[in-house]
Amino acid sequence: MPANGLSLQHISKQFSAQRGNAAALQVLDDIDLDIAPGEFISIVGASGCGKSTLLRLILGLDGDYQGRILLDGAAISGTGLERGIVFQDHRLFPWLTVEQNVAVGLKNAPLSARQKQASVREHIALVGLERFAQAYPRQLSGGMAQRVAIARGLVNRPRVLLLDEPFGALDALTRNRLQNELQRIWAQERITMVLVTHDVDEAVFLGDRVVVMQPHPGRIRRVLDVDLPRPRQRSDSAFIALRDDLLSDFAEEQGVE
Amino acid sequence: MSAVRTRDYRGLVVPVVAVLVWWLAVQQGWSQSGLLVSPGTVLATAWEQLSSLPFWRGLGASLARDVSGFVIGTALGLILGCVLGLSPLFERLVGPSFNTFKQVSLFAWIPLISVWFGLGDVSKVVFLSLAALVPVVVNTCDGLRNVPPGLLEVARVYGFSRWQTIIGVLLPAALPSIFTGIYLALVYAWLATIGAEYLLVSGEGVGNLLIDGSEHFRMDLVLFGMVVIGAVGWTLNALARALERRLQQRYGSAD
Repeated sequence: MPANGLSLQHISKQFSAQRGNAAALQVLDDIDLDIAPGEFISIVGASGCGKSTLLRLILGLDGDYQGRILLDGAAISGTGLERGIVFQDHRLFPWLTVEQNVAVGLKNAPLSARQKQASVREHIALVGLERFAQAYPRQLSGGMAQRVAIARGLVNRPRVLLLDEPFGALDALTRNRLQNELQRIWAQERITMVLVTHDVDEAVFLGDRVVVMQPHPGRIRRVLDVDLPRPRQRSDSAFIALRDDLLSDFAEEQGVE
Repeated sequence: MSAVRTRDYRGLVVPVVAVLVWWLAVQQGWSQSGLLVSPGTVLATAWEQLSSLPFWRGLGASLARDVSGFVIGTALGLILGCVLGLSPLFERLVGPSFNTFKQVSLFAWIPLISVWFGLGDVSKVVFLSLAALVPVVVNTCDGLRNVPPGLLEVARVYGFSRWQTIIGVLLPAALPSIFTGIYLALVYAWLATIGAEYLLVSGEGVGNLLIDGSEHFRMDLVLFGMVVIGAVGWTLNALARALERRLQQRYGSAD
């Protein structure tokens, strides 16, 4: 077990019994996963498998669980600037410009004003939006807004970037483009990334490993190594084989053949 | 060849026709009632009033009360609205009482106000402050409570303190709602100004044009008074709208 990286040890979580239900709802059941520094992990699963809940636990928004989450050997506690997130809805502040929105990530960072400014400019350039630094979110398309959210997520150089279905709300063409963008950014920055998605193609395209989760209760079904060189081709036969292999997991769940 | 955008004068048709019909009615004597005054009479009265000092003193008095009541009511409303919106405990304690209190129709307060404060300027300003206070409190409180929880999570992720969250997220997000409340306060305050002059009948004000006019059956005064009141209301409305548009451009909406 590596001392560095993100380590999820025996994570379990229940939602307490609601009125009318006798038993508590087991959201996550003994999740065990070690993520090496700089690795890109894709987590796929159908709705209700707990993958978004897992992200919230890692992020520190929710502290009610059993098990341990270690980052570089130290247990996490609450939120922290070393763990960043990109949500499915961009959640940019409408009253701030792109530049100011990215700077929100550095609000409480221990850097000088000049260092912050430099980091903000650098990350806006990273996502290719230099020309829009003074624009307001309502002037941006969905894809552009999400790129700003990615810049904000990366601006204080977190050790882990969590992405919760970041492209789910975008049209297919934009989604493709941003997947390519994310791959390029990851290759350049080499920050550990954990992507949650329901899109198997996206998971195989981006991940070093794909973690398949199943619901009721949320468990890891299996972990698949994606041994394909980058940049990846979605039309490559090996890619398609892997993808079909993963898809078969979900077909089985529905009792098909 | 592109179509040049011309001003749409069609909106003027109804008023122009109405005035013409009115003038004709007087000219042809369609009614013998002494209450039917001609447009000419109204214009003459208007001219006479506009060049008389008492009119402008009265208008000034009304506007002074309007502004005072608006400012006091808005200021108090902002404070109360913020506390209700930001403190769950305070909301639990005071919220139900306030929600009940605001159901009481504004004008129902007149008897109580006149008993406590008399019929003069003070009671009028109290009444106006009340009119302005309610929409500001309601909209400020609602604005603060309806900040998208997603944005508050972002603040948590980046380690915002409570104070940073209030100043950096809650207040900016609530600003459009707060300005709606202030705009409503402006509108209600002017409406209440005239109402106050009717119901707390002492002192000077533009409402006296209506009161005196109707007492002496001088419809020319009444009509002139209505035009003046409408014009002031329209101006306040236009000012508020212009301000609102400027701020909308900057802040947009929290989508």
